[in-house]
Amino acid sequence: MKITRRKAMALGTAGALFAVFGSRINRAHASAEEIDAALKAFAEGAEIGEGQVSLTTPEIAENGNTVPISVEVDSPMTEDNHVKSVMVLADGNPNPEVITFNFTAASGVATAKTRIRLAKTQNVIAVAKMSDGSVHMAKNQVKVTIGGCGG
Amino acid sequence: MVSRREFLQFGAVAGLTAGLSAGSGGSLTRALAQQKLSQDDLLRFDSKGQITLLHLTDIHGQLNPVYFRPPDTNIGVGNFEGIPPHLVGEEFLSHFDIEAGTPLAYAHTMVDYVNLARSYGKLGGLDRTATLVKAIRAERGEDKVLFLDGGDTWQGSYTSLKTNGQDMVDCMKLLKPDAMVGHWEFTFGADRVLEIVEDMGYPFLASNIFDNEWDEPVFESTAYFEKGGVKIAVIGQAMPYTPIANPRWMIPDWSFGIRPEVLQTNVDKARDEGAEVVVLLSHDGFDVDQKLATVVNGIDVILTGHTHDAVPRAIEINDTLLLSSGSHGKYLGRIDLEVSGGKVTGFSSNLIPIFADVIEPDAEMAAKIAEVRAPYESEATRVIGKSEGLLYRRGNFNGSWDDLICQGILTERDTEISLSPGFRWGTTLLPGQDITIDDLYTQTSMNYPSVYRLEFTGQQLKDILEDVCDNLFNKDPFFQQGGDMVRVGGMSYTCAPKQDIGSRISDMMLLKTGEPIEAGKSYVVGGWASINENVEGPAIYDLMETHISNLGTVSAPENRAVKVVGI
Repeated sequence: MKITRRKAMALGTAGALFAVFGSRINRAHASAEEIDAALKAFAEGAEIGEGQVSLTTPEIAENGNTVPISVEVDSPMTEDNHVKSVMVLADGNPNPEVITFNFTAASGVATAKTRIRLAKTQNVIAVAKMSDGSVHMAKNQVKVTIGGCGG
Repeated sequence: MVSRREFLQFGAVAGLTAGLSAGSGGSLTRALAQQKLSQDDLLRFDSKGQITLLHLTDIHGQLNPVYFRPPDTNIGVGNFEGIPPHLVGEEFLSHFDIEAGTPLAYAHTMVDYVNLARSYGKLGGLDRTATLVKAIRAERGEDKVLFLDGGDTWQGSYTSLKTNGQDMVDCMKLLKPDAMVGHWEFTFGADRVLEIVEDMGYPFLASNIFDNEWDEPVFESTAYFEKGGVKIAVIGQAMPYTPIANPRWMIPDWSFGIRPEVLQTNVDKARDEGAEVVVLLSHDGFDVDQKLATVVNGIDVILTGHTHDAVPRAIEINDTLLLSSGSHGKYLGRIDLEVSGGKVTGFSSNLIPIFADVIEPDAEMAAKIAEVRAPYESEATRVIGKSEGLLYRRGNFNGSWDDLICQGILTERDTEISLSPGFRWGTTLLPGQDITIDDLYTQTSMNYPSVYRLEFTGQQLKDILEDVCDNLFNKDPFFQQGGDMVRVGGMSYTCAPKQDIGSRISDMMLLKTGEPIEAGKSYVVGGWASINENVEGPAIYDLMETHISNLGTVSAPENRAVKVVGI
């Protein structure tokens, strides 16, 4: 390609300016069917209900490479009634299954925090399986943005 | 000598809060000559209860009085369409029952702006603010008044840039604020913020800043006060999207966010500690705080800033009062509270417009301002050009100052397209005024000023416009970062604010060829205030000094590059 004066003058920071873009363009991501299948497999036939699970995520990620999330499930955590596991999905990532936390009654509380990578704006899903086999879900959208230009 | 103070005339005094009668018919000057505006008129207030809250916010380094043209476009979406602060011009006047041509009409709208500016003069000036604060403290008693700084205080002028904000810190200290919060403060870097906070003598509050390593609070969330026999908790909220809207590399260890659940915990804690009144000193922005008032229980008053909205009185949302006290030192916000049985039982509120020619400057503050400016005064007042037209910034899509900046980048960086961030800070110049270094820096004073020159594809340009537009017009205010639309030079486009991200921007066209912007084609683009580290290029203030000096006299042709549809 011919190098024009314009191109010669162009500076080398383009990559940095679009660091976020780079990860959100032309990437394969999980299909709705894949997410559905993952939820069904986790639920083992139980119907997935709302409530009991509180999922805390930022509205807009400060850094898509490390997004803090926390999940808390309301449960007495007794032998008879406790949270067995919590699976976290990111429905816009190439590999949507992020992590599964396992609990026992001895855990005392069912809370967990971690940091996850999000390729683009998408839903983070936390789904909890209880000792009685019931399953509950919470879903938050987390926006991944270019940033800048705020005043 | 007859000063303008003695000449400044005014409509019915009661009109300050309820609309004024001067200026209807005939020449304004004549109408003015019939009635007189005084400092006492500005201070007149329906005092109430045991507590007075004073709120000064978003002064952006403006120690001296300014012209500041209010926006002609401020579109609200979703639940916030057509209500304050998304009313401008005639709609604003009619909603608040303010008559055209009056001092309040001039302070709050752009209707007949230039004529009224020539009649009423500048607003603001920290020495005038000091006079009002002292007068209110004297009238109410110091033991009843809380004075709170809503942030965006240290940045926005030539001297604030040269002194790393020290000019503002030294002057604000004299006003003895009870607490402050921050946003652009963080663009001086974490170390500088901590250095100032250590020294300034009043708390810097942030319920919503946590360190990245241990997820622990970086600052105190709450300060407690006893005023008028009432225990008050003030909780602080920093601009939630600082590390997204501004360079994260300047505050790499801190995480922000709205964090409503943390705020609820802090409100509950304040109540447990015996607070009868809970005040949120916020730099969230008006719409964010309108929503916050519906999702967090137990806040009596939100003093809100960031979006620079000047709303003449507090609005009520459920049991929460929300007061938004404007910007650039134009107003002092005041709320009086009557408290009984641990509850707010009555209030009165007002934004006091600080008419600089009416208010006697406080001598102590005037001397301090002169002192902090002295080393820079001759450079700051150096004339670099003259403005033929009105130069202003505010507006959702463009302002003539940014048109000039976009033109400057196109010319001085030899680019096809230019981008200028949608900041809401920056003052106004009237037609015929000289442009000084001070004036240039009210538009450009910042610590990441490099003007880059890069190639973007048409798709990247579209993605940038869509992304910024979604920060402005997302129907859920928790996704709004504040600021206005990024300004563009060399290109036109159509914007549909009520659509969703990806569908708002269309008809992008390169102005010099009249051809559509092609997604796969590359364009040479210049812009400033990139949030990335190590951006190369000249500083925007240097580039624009060259550009304005070369032009000599600056004209500001009407900008029709953005077509807004569907509203």
